[in-house]
Amino acid sequence: MTAIELAAAVRSGHRSAVDVLEEHLARIDEREAEVHAFMTVTADSARASARRIDERVAAGDDPGPLAGVPLALKDNMCTRGVPTTCSSRILEGWRPPYDATVVERAVAAGAVIVGKTNLDEFAMGSSTENSAFGPTRNPHCLDRVPGGSSGGSAAAVAAGFAPLALGSDTGGSIRQPAALCGVVGVKPTYGRVSRYGLVAFASSLDQIGPFASTVADAAVLLEAIAGHDPLDSTSIQEPAPRLLDVLHQGVEGLRIGIIDELASAADPDVAARVTAAADALSAAGAKVDRATVPAAVYGLTAYYLIAPAEASSNLARYDGVRYGLRVDGADTTEMMRRTRSAGFGDEVKARIMLGTYALSAGYYDAFYGKAQRVRTLVRRDFAAAYEHFDVLLCATSPSVAFRLGEKADPLAMYRCDVCTIPTSLAGDAAVSVPFGTGADDLPVGVQVLAPALGEPVMFRVAAALEGAAS
Amino acid sequence: MSAEWETVVGLEVHVELATTTKLFSGAPNRFGDEPNTNVTPVCLGLPGSLPVLNRAAVELAIRLGLALNCEVRPSVFARKNYFYPDMPKDFQISQYDQPICVDGWLELPSGVRVGIERAHLEEDTGKSSHVGGADGRLHGSAYSLIDYNRAGVPLLEIVSRPDLRSSEQAREYAEELRAILVATGVSDARMEEGSMRVDANVSVRPAGSDELRTRCEIKNINSFRSLQRAIDHEAQRHIELYESGSAPRLETRHFSEDGRTHTLRSKEESHDYRYFPEPDLVSLDPDPAWVEEIRAALPALPAARRAAVAEATGASHDDATLLVARDLDGLVLAAAGAGAEPDRLLTHAVNNLADGPGCLTAPAFAALVRMETGGELTATQAKDVLAELVASGGDPAVIAAARGYEAMDSSELEALVDAAIADNADAWEKFCAGEDRVQGVFVGAVMKATRGQADGKAVNRILQARRG
Amino acid sequence: MISRRDVAEVAALARLDLTDAEIDHFTEHLVKVLEHAADIEQLDLDDVPPTSHPLPLVNVMRDDVVGSTVDRDEVLAAAPDVDEHRFRVPPILGDEP
Repeated sequence: MTAIELAAAVRSGHRSAVDVLEEHLARIDEREAEVHAFMTVTADSARASARRIDERVAAGDDPGPLAGVPLALKDNMCTRGVPTTCSSRILEGWRPPYDATVVERAVAAGAVIVGKTNLDEFAMGSSTENSAFGPTRNPHCLDRVPGGSSGGSAAAVAAGFAPLALGSDTGGSIRQPAALCGVVGVKPTYGRVSRYGLVAFASSLDQIGPFASTVADAAVLLEAIAGHDPLDSTSIQEPAPRLLDVLHQGVEGLRIGIIDELASAADPDVAARVTAAADALSAAGAKVDRATVPAAVYGLTAYYLIAPAEASSNLARYDGVRYGLRVDGADTTEMMRRTRSAGFGDEVKARIMLGTYALSAGYYDAFYGKAQRVRTLVRRDFAAAYEHFDVLLCATSPSVAFRLGEKADPLAMYRCDVCTIPTSLAGDAAVSVPFGTGADDLPVGVQVLAPALGEPVMFRVAAALEGAAS
Repeated sequence: MSAEWETVVGLEVHVELATTTKLFSGAPNRFGDEPNTNVTPVCLGLPGSLPVLNRAAVELAIRLGLALNCEVRPSVFARKNYFYPDMPKDFQISQYDQPICVDGWLELPSGVRVGIERAHLEEDTGKSSHVGGADGRLHGSAYSLIDYNRAGVPLLEIVSRPDLRSSEQAREYAEELRAILVATGVSDARMEEGSMRVDANVSVRPAGSDELRTRCEIKNINSFRSLQRAIDHEAQRHIELYESGSAPRLETRHFSEDGRTHTLRSKEESHDYRYFPEPDLVSLDPDPAWVEEIRAALPALPAARRAAVAEATGASHDDATLLVARDLDGLVLAAAGAGAEPDRLLTHAVNNLADGPGCLTAPAFAALVRMETGGELTATQAKDVLAELVASGGDPAVIAAARGYEAMDSSELEALVDAAIADNADAWEKFCAGEDRVQGVFVGAVMKATRGQADGKAVNRILQARRG
Repeated sequence: MISRRDVAEVAALARLDLTDAEIDHFTEHLVKVLEHAADIEQLDLDDVPPTSHPLPLVNVMRDDVVGSTVDRDEVLAAAPDVDEHRFRVPPILGDEP
């Protein structure tokens, strides 16, 4: 059953939330050992929540649009009293004293939090192999990666552990794992969803978004969590978008552009699916043409200067003083150095150093400063493209899921994000929709991009694609 | 100070703003509470926490900027990155190349105009106490304890141009700035409590030149007096270095109570703060209408208040300064306006109102002084009644009556004076011969006889009349 | 191009201890990434303003009203070392910059 169907069943009393939960906990029991989607499974508190939902239904209350639906949360979102590790040793066992805004909203909508999922450490990576606590495996094929950094959340939905999950996307960390795992993954417009309680990686790029098996399920979750938050200064004033209403309006007359500059990035099997998607949309009445976003080719370079720069500053707070790991030292500086050296993995250290360098005196203008100007070019080029098109289309990931250990070269790993990064830089919205399979019968995702606040038209196209894929 | 050298001083002043909550969170901005009780996730830099700007802090920054004749500009917050345990995020949110106020000036009471380069908002750090070293000092401590109650308190950093030419001027500047901060309600600006912190940038140059030589930043100045001493010492140190063929290094030094400055014993560290615009905050562009509202609501500033009270009462510059510092100028002006004699008002204000007006009202003050100048009360009695008015308010006539301060009958007084003359024949001879100073003998005698209740002026009038 | 010495300096700035082997390893990594930075280095972007925010938001402020604070016990329970309700740290060398 989809999340929407489950919620309807629970609200009407047809099924109990407890029953729904136990079904999912059983699936977790069965396959979690081999998939390793979770850092923490919160079975006891989930059962208590599910019972409360059932009590409310019995009392004639409406617990909300996500009533009784199990929800998995990426382990970089603060959950009060529940370990929030960011898959890093430096936060191993840390229990936040507060909940992220999205957690409060999801719970208020009736969702039952079933656990915290694995990620690349501090959301830095594209395969979940950078987790300090072991990688997650792709449920479709266990010797393959699920993608990253939100690999655990994507795998949880793909394996049926939960119908819904939340992840975070900075350069593609929701969309790429969604594509590799064959599920729907959405990066909302920057500012749509509150970042309060999301452990920061790159503040001007991070966004929380939904994973689901269907476009409609992703829509209902996004509706529940989106909307202005006074605790986040970068949160836009708009209320949550109305998405379910527009999902089935079809694509008749919509103008859809296939991004030229990203066409050659994809492997042939993936490119073929993008072409098939374009054909399907055309057949459904959309006008499909070629689109150009020239600055997109600089996206990867700009991103790998901006994101590490912001991260180097955001991760300075992990110093052993107030929370998390502490390794003692003769003085505070030594304590901080030892703590951070022991607590951070290699990729995190590399990015911290890269970012520190990009911001340092004498290099700021050439690196961080330049990259932020390139970012303006990317935004302008997208805006220009959206003058002619309602949405844009491209691959999500250049390839299907690769093998664990396959991409040892960091640059090869970074290139996984070449199709997802440009939208992140622009701050626009994007969704990955499963669209058939590629090499080795592995899932392929096609990416629909929309201008800022363009979620409604984006979901329309996503729904149409989903219909065509089935 | 040798006539060959001129001192050049610029002051950097940090003040804690008088807001209810902190700069970026709703934690209380309060001093003296139990450690780590006035904190939110933002104050502790917890993972996932985000800053949200306090409108009142912006208003106070604008208010002070306008009081210092600054231009209020669109501004941006920036991260200043460095590691220190009292910094919850290991970066401070401050303002760097786009501060909120620029290009103002402050005119000292002595007339010198000092340029204000900029004023910007930033968050304060937590407070560390060091255990195990000498006197709680950092050096040689066994460990430190950190309280984050102060972390995130809004600060305004006010940077002057290096227009000050002496330690006296620097002190004047600091005192006048403080008076403005208090008058505008922007900060209570108490150096002893740390809500006003002054760092001095000191250099010297040959008298008459306009070069700017190497300066040293002096920190750890805890009072206006220390400020003066520190600048004097530092300037002298520079002069001695130059005169011995050497030169001061560009560095930061600590002022210690022994009157000297010392190089900070910090490890060699390149202070590359890697400033970049704060991505968790959006830019600030105060609405011109709001700025005008704030400007229109500015209270009278100390300079204007001093001028007003001096004009109305003939008060000297020093007395006018004292009155404004004690918040008595309004009272004195109102009482003078009600017809009370300005001289008496000033004398009482300067001598007998050390702690400010208390419960004393302008009508009561005016009435009291009228009773005094009309001869109903002696100066001593008036002082007494004044003290009661300050402590608990009331009507001077009622208080005087309750204490039995009735005006002495003039024939009673004359009889007492005559008795004093009779008892002190030798002194009377001297007095009649022109030795005015012996009149104290007779006044003293009358005062003794009346237990201090007689009106000294009336006694003198009678003596003069008797002398003829 | 970033040198081994740059990496060692930057590691110190970022409070990271690196072995010699690690310095070599990270230098290689950073060199590769920064080689790509050359693509944008030669672009003339003086007329293009930097984006620090994807959003056109301005003047986001809150009222000066006390909100909820965290539970001190909960916070201190998660702290590595606490004494007298304060966070305890080893001796601090050097004054605040």
